[in-house]
Amino acid sequence: MTPEEILQGLYDETLKGNGPRVLELTHQALALDMTPGSLLFDALIPALEEVGARFERGDYFVPEMLIAGRAMAGSMEILRPLLADTGVETIGKFVMGTVKGDVHDIGKNLVNIMLEGAGFEVIDLGVQVAPEKFVAAIEEHEPDIVGFSAFLTTTMPMFKANLNALEKAGLRDKVIVMVGGAPVTQEYADVVGADGYAADASATVKRAKALLKERRSKVPA
Amino acid sequence: MAVVACGAIAQPMAQSVARHGWSVDVHPLPPLLHNQPHRIASEVERLAGSLAERYDRVVVGYADCGTYGALDEVCERLGLERLPGLHCYDLYAGADRMEELLDAEPGTYLLTDFLVRSFARTVEQELGLDRWPELRDEYFRHYTRVVWLAQSTDELELRELRTLAQAAAERIGLPLEVLHTGSVGLDAALGALVDG
Ligand code: B12
Repeated sequence: MTPEEILQGLYDETLKGNGPRVLELTHQALALDMTPGSLLFDALIPALEEVGARFERGDYFVPEMLIAGRAMAGSMEILRPLLADTGVETIGKFVMGTVKGDVHDIGKNLVNIMLEGAGFEVIDLGVQVAPEKFVAAIEEHEPDIVGFSAFLTTTMPMFKANLNALEKAGLRDKVIVMVGGAPVTQEYADVVGADGYAADASATVKRAKALLKERRSKVPA
Repeated sequence: MAVVACGAIAQPMAQSVARHGWSVDVHPLPPLLHNQPHRIASEVERLAGSLAERYDRVVVGYADCGTYGALDEVCERLGLERLPGLHCYDLYAGADRMEELLDAEPGTYLLTDFLVRSFARTVEQELGLDRWPELRDEYFRHYTRVVWLAQSTDELELRELRTLAQAAAERIGLPLEVLHTGSVGLDAALGALVDG
């Protein structure tokens, strides 16, 4: 197979969620000395973006999205250490978690995959993350951004509780706060006082990069 | 009077109407709209619009149902009343009881008589578990129990439903608990809409 055919194959098989085939193609590509960055940016990320677009249009539902995400995550397992070796720089550190009382995590996991693909180091705290756990993780990892994910109308108020906890711990100005999840809107994000909101995984990457740039241009390195 | 009803509660609503002898027609929308909640408000608006010509009054047999306020906007704009609460679970078990259940174990997955009967179609097929059984853990990894809110009070039917509920819980690998709610909550909420 030519490199072009491999990239096309990776794209198509990720779209279909064919995990084993995506792994095979990843190995073949590396054997041909193709760079991990090219697999990521020319095949895997565009494929997951297309998955998001199909979901948006109603052509894909949750399971199709999940198997595509899993296929990409499998390839990422192999690419992650190589990306670090080939000097692709980490562009920022992102601590992510689903808020206390909530166990929905599919959306959060997809966001994590895309953030990693874009070069973020992601520390996933999992589900049902209490405010004090977010605080402890921020103290420990000193991330650039923390993300709160919520899916139920009844757990969205935890955003405010988390923000209050950060405030109390004196961390609010040290970290950018992003919020998201199906019930969340830009207006809601503004009301609770978050720095950023995004409606889906690729928008999260764009917004996170923009917020980082803004922050770094303000704070002298 | 007409009720634009979620397909997941249309049948118990029709039974409630019959029990009380109300002069109400129940018009269901597909229950699977729940998995695409952004479509619920517009579908309700469409059906309510077409029923308005034939009925003196139209009400909405939905709770918020994951529309996150969009349904309320439609109701307000068209002057329609809807059932109270966030989900049908609130109607069956009561909002306070629901909060207790989820506080006690956030990883609680709920079943109603409707979901028990239609589990293969509305849950397994919709979530793709029929095609990709390996996704089970992806969905339910953080869940700890299934609570079936049982509405039926008929012994024979309950026995049949219990077998189905047990099988459903086993298929997603969780223990089953049963909470007998009956349908008083739904009756009362519907009664309030009928009384206007
Ligand atoms: C899949 C699903 C489930 C799965 C969850 C599996 C899991 N591990 O997450 C299962 C089947 C287990 C489930 C359970 C329940 N669910 Co559910 N579920 C859904 C469903 C169909 C899809 C959600 C989803 O995964 N979408 C796909 C992802 C990719 O999209 P997303 O979540 O929006 O994420 C994107 C963005 O929001 C954003 N994003 C996400 N997080 C973050 C974070 C940050 C920082 C940023 C910037 C962006 C961001 O990017 C993501 C990727 O593009 C929705 C309906 C729907 N279509 O929305 C109902 C829905 C969310 N569920 C609902 C309900 C009611 C329940 C149950 C109570 C039902 C029950 N029978 O018990 C239980 C919850 C119990 C509990 N204790 O939590 C309601 C919630 C309504 C409400 N008012 O709160 C919904 C809306 C369905 C409905 N219409 O009633 N559910």
